Amino acid sequence: MARSRSRGQAQGWLFLAPALLFVALFVIAPLGQLAATSMTDRSLLGGGRFIGFANYVKIWHDSGFWRALLFTVKYTLVLTPILMGLGFALALLVSDNTPLKRLTRTIVFLPVVIGLSSSSLLWFWLFDERVGLFNRLLVDLHVIREPMVWFVSADLAFWAVVIAITWKVVGFGMVLFVSGIQAIHSDILEAALVDGAGYWARVRLIILPLCRRVLLLTTLVSAIGSMLAFDQFYIMTSGGPRGQTFTAVYSIYQSSFVSFRLGYGAALSIVLMLIILVLSAVQIALTARGAEP
Amino acid sequence: MTAAVVATGARALPARRKRLAPSALLASAACVGVIAVMGAPLALSFLASIKTPADASAIPPHYLPQALSADNYFKVIGYEAGLATYVANSGLVALMTIVACIALAAPAGYGLARFDMRGKEVAFLLLLAPIMIPYQALLTPLYLDFAKVGLVNTRVGLAIVHTILQLPFSIYLMRNSFEAIPREIEEAAMLDGCSSLSRLIHIFLPLALPAIVTVALFAFINSWNEFLAALIFMNRESSFTVPILLVSVQIGHHGAVDWGALQASIMIAILPCLAVYLALQRYYISGLLSGGVK
Repeated sequence: MARSRSRGQAQGWLFLAPALLFVALFVIAPLGQLAATSMTDRSLLGGGRFIGFANYVKIWHDSGFWRALLFTVKYTLVLTPILMGLGFALALLVSDNTPLKRLTRTIVFLPVVIGLSSSSLLWFWLFDERVGLFNRLLVDLHVIREPMVWFVSADLAFWAVVIAITWKVVGFGMVLFVSGIQAIHSDILEAALVDGAGYWARVRLIILPLCRRVLLLTTLVSAIGSMLAFDQFYIMTSGGPRGQTFTAVYSIYQSSFVSFRLGYGAALSIVLMLIILVLSAVQIALTARGAEP
Repeated sequence: MTAAVVATGARALPARRKRLAPSALLASAACVGVIAVMGAPLALSFLASIKTPADASAIPPHYLPQALSADNYFKVIGYEAGLATYVANSGLVALMTIVACIALAAPAGYGLARFDMRGKEVAFLLLLAPIMIPYQALLTPLYLDFAKVGLVNTRVGLAIVHTILQLPFSIYLMRNSFEAIPREIEEAAMLDGCSSLSRLIHIFLPLALPAIVTVALFAFINSWNEFLAALIFMNRESSFTVPILLVSVQIGHHGAVDWGALQASIMIAILPCLAVYLALQRYYISGLLSGGVK
């Protein structure tokens, strides 16, 4: 008995070995390297002198990075409620399984599966001051008199990205919320109906509380994604005007792969990683708690 | 629209049907509005891609093509190293990512689902670690390593990075799927003297086919669309993937954007994603829901 158990153990590890090896080689080892590089003045051309925590001290005084981080936080704080609110509203609208509502779900979800680079370029075009149809539409609807130049102002560029990303990912939250709403037993809702609860009372008193966990988890996943934003700003604003729309990942990219200051870029990566780690830890704690009956 | 009204009305109590009808109608109208708003950008981009190149750059722009033309597509097909090169790069990277994810995640999921090892949960957490570590942070050390062994500007190198991204989700999904397979099926095979490896291949993999399709689907879409690693690792014209081709078309040659070619390349980039999603929608949504959202 003991023997077969130990043989089972060895076999089990054998099945796990390839994946463990892969993660060790391409995740854990680079992570160690990242920490080591962050304590050097390494550049892409060479260098690599050990300089202790000098990079981290430099980050502390690097107003450019803090501005980028702050911008990323602002982007996350503005975008996340929009995505969750609209996603939930759409989910309420389309949670029944009628053909029209299924079709609506499919169409709303389409942008989620296309690339962020494709959607960002699509909106870069729609917002263009000369050939952009979004501008033309706003003029035709008499919302604005002249086509707007969106990307010369940091504020307008920010909102242009928020609009584009809302279109791109609102379906993600919607699908998760629809599943949350559909998981609610119909007898609970029918009981409320019999008790005379109106539609909005049912939403507020039954649907929202019972979807709380899905809402929380989706909010976190969405917020983590926004904190790591890069593609949309690289393509739509190039960080401009005057570097006012650089995100955290964008500034790491600039340090490491444009200025070739790899040591410094590594230190920035570690700082960002720690921030994300805190958010992920909350997410995992919530998932684990919800998994228990 | 009538179908929606009938379905909603049928569920309501008969006495309430009259009162519910207007709100159901309103909901249907809202759905049509949502479809129009959400569908418009893709529809407009498609319509712009079949304009003549001059019409696609017209100021002010037209909503609809003045005349139909495939010139924009021909321009993209002949762009620099040729569209075929970029599509082949993206396609092969995606294919290798799919194969690597299945080859690593299926045995790992099996080991986690069916063997009782000490330290198993620690191993599971380790395998899920890449979720918590943003891959954006790993790109600097990976770039240095890959430069040393000549993996920069290779499809294999980029496929490795994309596998890092997809592996945790794949393992999680495979483990759950294997755990759901009844023990009795396996025990019968054990009596027949099947080894654990042949049980995996002949019993588990066929039964877990939906999970494998889901793993492959997510690996394909995420690899095909991935931007940052491709931007950093594939920096030579001939090794560009499709998303990098898009940016290259956007920047253009002399600072002037070729809008028609841009729309055509966007269409080419999104078409495979839309096609596999629409064909395998069920698997995509179930993966999204069961994967604990990635």
